[in-house]
This record gives sequence, C-alpha cells and structure tokens, in this order.
Amino acid sequence: MSLSISFTVNGTRRDLTIDDPRVTLLDLLRERLGLPGTKKGCDRGQCGACTVLVNGRRINSCLTLAATLDGARITTIEGLAQGDALHPVQTAFIENDGFQCGYCTPGQIMSAVGLIAEASAGEDLERIREGMSGNLCRCAAYHGITRAVQQATRRMAEAEQEGTA
Amino acid sequence: MKMFDFIRPASIDEAIAAWRPGAAWLGGGTNLVDLMKTGAAQPDRLIDLGRLPGLDRIETGAEGATRIGARVGNADLARDADFARRFPMVAEALLSGASGQLRNAATVAGNLMQRTRCPYFQNPETACNKRRPGTGCDARGGVGDNYAVLGWSDDCIATHPSDFCVPLAALDAVVEVIGPNGAREIAFADFHHLPGTTPDRETALEPGELILALRLPAAAAEFAGHARYLKLRDRTSFAFATVSAAAALKIEGGIITGARLALGAVAAKPWRAAEAEALLTGHAPDAALFDRAAEAALSDAVPAHDNAWKIPIARRVAARALALAARGTPARMPALPASVFAAEEPAHV
Repeated sequence: MSLSISFTVNGTRRDLTIDDPRVTLLDLLRERLGLPGTKKGCDRGQCGACTVLVNGRRINSCLTLAATLDGARITTIEGLAQGDALHPVQTAFIENDGFQCGYCTPGQIMSAVGLIAEASAGEDLERIREGMSGNLCRCAAYHGITRAVQQATRRMAEAEQEGTA
Repeated sequence: MKMFDFIRPASIDEAIAAWRPGAAWLGGGTNLVDLMKTGAAQPDRLIDLGRLPGLDRIETGAEGATRIGARVGNADLARDADFARRFPMVAEALLSGASGQLRNAATVAGNLMQRTRCPYFQNPETACNKRRPGTGCDARGGVGDNYAVLGWSDDCIATHPSDFCVPLAALDAVVEVIGPNGAREIAFADFHHLPGTTPDRETALEPGELILALRLPAAAAEFAGHARYLKLRDRTSFAFATVSAAAALKIEGGIITGARLALGAVAAKPWRAAEAEALLTGHAPDAALFDRAAEAALSDAVPAHDNAWKIPIARRVAARALALAARGTPARMPALPASVFAAEEPAHV
C-alpha cells in the first residue's frame, strides 16, 4: 500500500509517497530526505538522540511513524541556524562544553529548544535536569549541558525582552 | 517489524468500521511502536486516531465533572493550569512518568492501554501467558524482581506500569468507550483486570471497542488541597515505578472526613486500598494512623518472586504519601515531581 503525505521540514514543503507504513520519521529524515543530523541511538525512545520538533514540540522521531505526520511542521537540527548565525542553544552548548563526542548533541539541542518553549523549567538547574532526562549522554557531559540550557534560557528571555521593549 | 495495513479514518464511525481482529488503535505510539519493533506486538492493521475530531479536548461541564478526550497528550493535560489545580496528584503523576519527549507524544487513552514492562513479556523469544496464552511464564523462574505482590496468579506476576492510572483509580475515574455495539461507560475499578487464568485479557474493552474519553467526577476535585503522588524508582527521573502511591485527604476541623489511597506497580492494575481509606476516615491525621492505614493496604500482599522487599517498601511509600498529602498540596509543582528526594515546597495556605 502507498500513502501520500505532505509536511514541512525546516520550512520546506515535502510531498511524499510512502510505500511502507513501517518507516519512522527518524529513518525518513536520514535515509530519504538527506538530513542525517538527527541521530539513531537506541531506536526505542530511551536515549533521546533522535529528538526533533513536531509542530514546535519535542518528540522521539524513532517512535513516530512517518505516515502519521500528514500536515505536520517538523524542525530538525539542520533547521535551527539562520545561515551562519547559530541558534542561541547551539551557541550555549559550545560556550559551556555541552558535549564531548557529539553524537547525542543534536538530540540534546532539539530537546533543549523544546524544553525552553515549554517554559516549565526556567533557569532552575534542578528543573532543567529533570526536563532533560529524556536525553542520555554517554560521555556524561551533563554538567555542561545543564549550564548550556540555563544560559540559553536566560539569553533567549533577554532577547525577547529587548525585542518587545 | 511485521507489515501492517495503515488506515487513517476521518470519523469515529469510520474508525469503528475499520476494526477487525488483529487490528490495533494507534494513539501516540510510544508504547505500541516500541513493542512492534521488538515483535512483542504484531498487529496486521494500525488504525491511526490522529484525524478523529473532538478527541483532543479537556472540558469541565456545568456539574463540575471533567472530561478528557482520549487523544489529549499527557503533557498537555499535566500543564493545563485549571486541571492541575483541581486534580494536582494526577498532574504530578503524569509529570513523574517517562520523559519530556514521550509525554508530548503519549496520549491519555494510550496510557490506560500500555502494556506491562515485564522483560519476559517484551521479549517474544520467551514463554509468556500474557503475550501467547498457554505458553507459561518465564518470569516466575527468571531474573528481575519488580513483580507483583498483590493480585497475581500462577499464570502471570507482571505489574501495570502506569503512573497516571494510580490517581485515576483513587479518584473514581470513568472510561467512556464506543464500539460496534454502541457506547458505554466503564468504572475505573473495573477497567483493568487481574490476571487469573487469562492474563491476556488485560482490560474490560470488548473487541473493536475504542476509548473516547476519561471522566473525573466533580467530587474528585474536593481532594485538591491535600493530594500527592509519590513514586519510588531506581533513578530520580525517567524510570518506571518500583512502588508508587496516590494519596488524597479531605480534612475538616482537624479530622479526616474523606480519604483516597491507591498503589502503583504492586499488581496488574492500580491497587485501590479501600480498607485503608475506611480506617483513615474520622480520625485526626498523624504518623501512627498513616502507618496503620499502610499496614491495612498491604495486608494481603504476598511476594510473587524474590520481591518480599517490596511489601515493607510499599507500606512506607503509602504512609509517606499520606503524610505528604496531610501537609497540603504544594503551591507549585515540585522540581522533581513525585520524587522522594524533592525539596520541601510550601503548601497551599
């Protein structure tokens, strides 16, 4: 059976025919849409390496069947920077040593963007750690990750205030 | 993963008509898709509920009952300010479960329908009466110790993994379903089954029935001032419960005038402790009373495996949840929801 779906990925509309309903969003991004920034870790929703935003909310793309996403708006790590200008979360990960090997980093950054949008943690380190618990880092760069999320939260709030002032 | 048909009905009627034996409803997919990857679930048709209208609403009617559409996301429900104010221990339970990503995708009806995390159930190479009736139970002689201490049988010792369902059981939720023979309501206490000799029959849903909504009665909101969910687990976040408890009290003039207590991860269903509730009512809240109530809640407990440790742990979690509830619902959701390590939060005034 083949299914027709349309969605946007990083602002670009994609009209696709899916021949196999088993394909996940993760595999579709990496294998068909040429977007390998989203990583496959456990492939079971336990590690968070595959985190992307669907309609602005973070989810595990490994547990999401692509066929369910007709009409969705998808953002991956490739869609965060504006040209050479990094997203504030990306900048904060660099400035705070929020990674070592880097494999989990796209998922960490997408999860952090989602967490900041949820506005439930603020700059509270305990709430940030709790909010980021769906992303594992086998290099254990958690200290830097937590500080990066805190810094990005603060800078994005400041930028928003300046924008509205 | 086994191949399946993928159906996207646009209406509830179309969805009901699309069902046939071997089909599965697809909500958020966070549990079902995972089990399809391991082979523990092998539906030959998935019916995606994502296009069905009206299942994503949280509504409170004139009489004060709150109706939660089946496809409302776990995170959306927990973060709904009015819902969290009226049913704080439900919000706390939701936020203590899984991760931020999973809570965004998971749906409330899917939470009721999630399967046990018994490692033998999840592994299709093993004997499991729940997954393949009549094959036996490898868990009984196997490894692991997070098994039942209440309501288990020789055929199955698995536990229900939900956090959300524990306060729902305590608060007398109602499940609204529809199927080929029309619509009906199922009391939460009757929704999940104990294993007996048919551990594969996990819920009261008949073949082809679909959950439309959950309902919390107006009376459930009367416990909002003294309601907590407490969850012991192997790590502070993103872990299933070892034992959990939802405790809620009505306290008037220094006396408990109503009590609700349910335990999680101790049985194949959320375990409502009616004897404990009766024992609490009419007394002033104090530690000795909570210990007696916890004792009553676990009075029938028997270890199913090398898990005798779970019984005293469950007593302590129940007593502590009652003590936390008596202190008052925190004014703000704790940084670590339901954690025994959570810092003290100021209670409602």
